[in-house]
Amino acid sequence: MSRFKIPQIAPSEITPEYIWTSRRKWLQRVGAAMGAGVLSSLPLQAWGREGISYGQRNPEFGADEKLTPEEDVTTYNNFYEFGTGKEDPARYGGDMRLQPWKVKVDGEVLRPQEFDLDDLLKLAALEERVYRMRCVEGWSMVIPWNGYPLSALLKAVEPTGNAKYVEFITDMQPDAMPGLRSRIIDWPYLEGLRLDEAMNPLTLLVFGVYGKALPVANGAPVRVAIPWKYGFKSGKSIVHIRLTEKQPETSWVRIAPHEYGFYANVNPDVPHPRWSQATERRIGSGGLFAPRLPTQMFNGYGEQVASLYSGMDLSRYY
Amino acid sequence: MISVLMFFACLYPFFLWVGLGLTGGLTANPPEYLIRSSGEWALVALCVVLLATPLSRYARISVLLKHRRMLGLFAYFYSILHLLGWAFWEQGFGLEAMWLDVVTRWFITVGVVAFVLLTPLALTSTYGWMRRLGRNWKRLHYGIYPAIALSIWHFWLVRAGKNDFFEVWIYLAVVFLLCLPRIIQLRHHK
Repeated sequence: MSRFKIPQIAPSEITPEYIWTSRRKWLQRVGAAMGAGVLSSLPLQAWGREGISYGQRNPEFGADEKLTPEEDVTTYNNFYEFGTGKEDPARYGGDMRLQPWKVKVDGEVLRPQEFDLDDLLKLAALEERVYRMRCVEGWSMVIPWNGYPLSALLKAVEPTGNAKYVEFITDMQPDAMPGLRSRIIDWPYLEGLRLDEAMNPLTLLVFGVYGKALPVANGAPVRVAIPWKYGFKSGKSIVHIRLTEKQPETSWVRIAPHEYGFYANVNPDVPHPRWSQATERRIGSGGLFAPRLPTQMFNGYGEQVASLYSGMDLSRYY
Repeated sequence: MISVLMFFACLYPFFLWVGLGLTGGLTANPPEYLIRSSGEWALVALCVVLLATPLSRYARISVLLKHRRMLGLFAYFYSILHLLGWAFWEQGFGLEAMWLDVVTRWFITVGVVAFVLLTPLALTSTYGWMRRLGRNWKRLHYGIYPAIALSIWHFWLVRAGKNDFFEVWIYLAVVFLLCLPRIIQLRHHK
């Protein structure tokens, strides 16, 4: 997002952000430690540095395209809890608390549970999968995610016969998320899938990217990735997963139902009211003169998912 | 001398982009950044053009008024870059796709109409045309008011996707402030 930059202070005079944030954090930690009189669990943000292996690349899910550079994947994000600018999540995400982290799974299940992040990480073997990610805004990336199929978690809670949909509810930390002050979205951010979509082997519960713990901007510490749908369907920083009988009313459907549907399958034939979806710009590939790429039906995952929608009018259920 | 300084000042956005480009500052999506940035700078330039008259009348600073033609042409220059950015990066210069966008997408239509309104103003900016058109030259150049109104509407429609109108309101307030003395003056003349 363009902002006007009028250089008034020499760049050399500006304290680098990492110094003042680290100073601030250090002060906060000292303050907290003195206040509580304990020096126990200090590695607050460092949930990824505990010797977790994020798994080997699964060759079955290796898109043959060049990976989007890690820097672009982690600094160009939509995560409105931190602001609507693409750089906002990386810029303002530093104060988010990631520990302790619990994910509640309930609703139409036989065994509702609250999972610690550690339990969640142990539930199934982590692997790396390279997925294309297509944003509804017309850009795309190729991202190596680390995680395991969401179906492993859903099976653990045993959905009842009534369960037809899965709803994802995202965390809210008002003191750490400046975007929550804006009323663009009726917080918290809600997304959802049909149960069979959620059980599809492609739907990934994600803990890492590029072999490392997810940064806040990418939805730390746990998110989903649904590669045949537009990116906004993938809830970030998930704290609650609810299985329901009725189709959940998701955030974007609430805001602009004529622009964003519940299904949001990548579909070059159904334009957004304000732009075509026929082509996409691949981030981080080939500089200013790289041509746009043709968008593929279901983002190229039709073989795995087209059967989910047989008989449905996808221009009506977009 | 002042006009040379002015000329380079007007090129500031252009230098900024080159500088950002050399330091990797154009974000992960440079085409999008450049399309948006050129559009906003075109709007800024239009506001500066509107500032020329009140600045000379009330603050007796005439530098903008003296170089208003150059400012106006720069506004048009950044509008052209904005349009070319859209045509190339969004449409790959595909005429059919561009036409389809113009006729089916309201916010593109509004932007294109604003650009079309500015075109005769840029073309008739020479002394020759001023002389030839006489009183009509001024009438023609009132076209800047609908053009700027449409530009802000276009900007509003772009931002409608994210319901993020903060900057749009700022431009609207600035344009309103700049037009206020003109409105008051109009009422005086009656």
